[in-house]
Amino acid sequence: MSEKKSMGKVLFNGIITENPTFRLVLGACPTLAVTTSAINGLGMGAAATFVLICSNFVISLLRNFIPDRVRIPAFIVVICTFVTMVQLLMQAFIPSLYDALGIFIPLIVVNCIILARAEAFASKNTPVSSAVDGLGMGIGFTLALMLMGSIRELIGNGSVFGVNILGASYQPMLLIVLASGGFLTFGLMLGLFNLIVKKLETKKKHEEEQAA
Amino acid sequence: MNLRLSTAPHVHHPVTTQRLMLFVIIALLPAAAAGVYAFGLPALLVLCISMASAVLSEFLWQKIARKPVRINDFSALVTGLILGLNLPATAPWWLAMIGSAFAVIIVKQLFGGLGDNFLNPAMAARAVLLASWPVHMTNYVAPTFFDSSIDAVATATPLVKPGTQLMDLFLGNIPGTIGEVSKAAILIGFLFLLITKTIQWQIPVVMVGSVALFSWMFGADPLAAILSGGVLFGAVFMATDYVTNPMTPWGQAIYAFGIGLIVSLIRQFGAYPEGVTYGILLMNIATPLIDRFLPRKIYGHQKEAKKA
Repeated sequence: MSEKKSMGKVLFNGIITENPTFRLVLGACPTLAVTTSAINGLGMGAAATFVLICSNFVISLLRNFIPDRVRIPAFIVVICTFVTMVQLLMQAFIPSLYDALGIFIPLIVVNCIILARAEAFASKNTPVSSAVDGLGMGIGFTLALMLMGSIRELIGNGSVFGVNILGASYQPMLLIVLASGGFLTFGLMLGLFNLIVKKLETKKKHEEEQAA
Repeated sequence: MNLRLSTAPHVHHPVTTQRLMLFVIIALLPAAAAGVYAFGLPALLVLCISMASAVLSEFLWQKIARKPVRINDFSALVTGLILGLNLPATAPWWLAMIGSAFAVIIVKQLFGGLGDNFLNPAMAARAVLLASWPVHMTNYVAPTFFDSSIDAVATATPLVKPGTQLMDLFLGNIPGTIGEVSKAAILIGFLFLLITKTIQWQIPVVMVGSVALFSWMFGADPLAAILSGGVLFGAVFMATDYVTNPMTPWGQAIYAFGIGLIVSLIRQFGAYPEGVTYGILLMNIATPLIDRFLPRKIYGHQKEAKKA
């Protein structure tokens, strides 16, 4: 029972409390670059999630065999393997998304989230909970990317997932789908997320004080 | 009891934010009047919408954020007016509204409100509008001077179409944004600001001089370069924003010189016809750096002698 609960906690941790994009501010490069549309955000998130789960699992299995001094190169080799798999699969089955994401698929190898989870979690925990951690982090990353992609696509193009929402008379705000708009949206989202987390924490503290 | 402790000197001065902002508004009036005279009622409408939405944005934000409402310090009104003067008279209503809201809420309030903005709010809003709706932001018409027999004719600004008479450039008989057309009106405002000591002469003069120098170096007519586009308006009303320029006179000179260089570079070699917006914004960002290398002398503090 306690094992199950902690699994839920690990999962939740990646989605909200330590959301890789909005709380840990990891992987900012793909976040800024590929979130020009919701579908790109989803594709990037799904690819990274797959790599995260698999690499966390495998690295956790190998954690007692990898010597400490060469652990980073060893992690990278494992991560590379899965990234190459994702890249080839995507190229074969969803070439349009593959073209849209471009260089950022191979760059998942150096995505800080994946290396950070390998270093901070997978190298210290059991394979199953590492895989769950990868799933949580991956969902958190995907949700964040999808949210940013949706907002930017909506404001910058009037549509979400390619479906026109704001009508033909809407004059899209081009800046938001440009690089500077990415920074702008990212900054505002970070601020908003911090505000929400802060509100939740003070509320929790307040309740604890009242209970005590 | 709340004791307020502060170091000497304790001098009271009648200058308040409200008063300074009022002076700026008065100084902007000639330029605004000239713009409305040149482009007619649409220009007046654009100015009113941008001012009203700037004040409303400030009010709403301060209400939502549960901060003291400070719309009566007129700073939002000034931002709205300056932004309005930076728009073409043909700007649709929503352009002015979005610009004002962006300037006040995102550039000013989110960074801590008046005195904490790292960019000039109106200038940043103009850059955002220009990047987002380039067609609406560059839809310039020739002045009509309330003459109903003339239809508004869409034309290019003198920056794109050289050969305009210098006198037309000076008086404002040219297409452009509402506030920038009449250089005579801007100079009246400049004199007013100097007489009331609202601003000092260094930044505008150095910036205009630097534009002239670099335009001449890059092979353009320096006088036409100064009189066309937003150089004078930017130099007098936007580069001089207290918060976003360096503290020392030498720092201010470097800042203004840098703006002139960037403006000339963009005009002569860049893809955009005008570079005043980006010149001012880039040097706004460089301001903390300039202040770091040229720190203000602390009152009564002596530099330590170098150890031999």
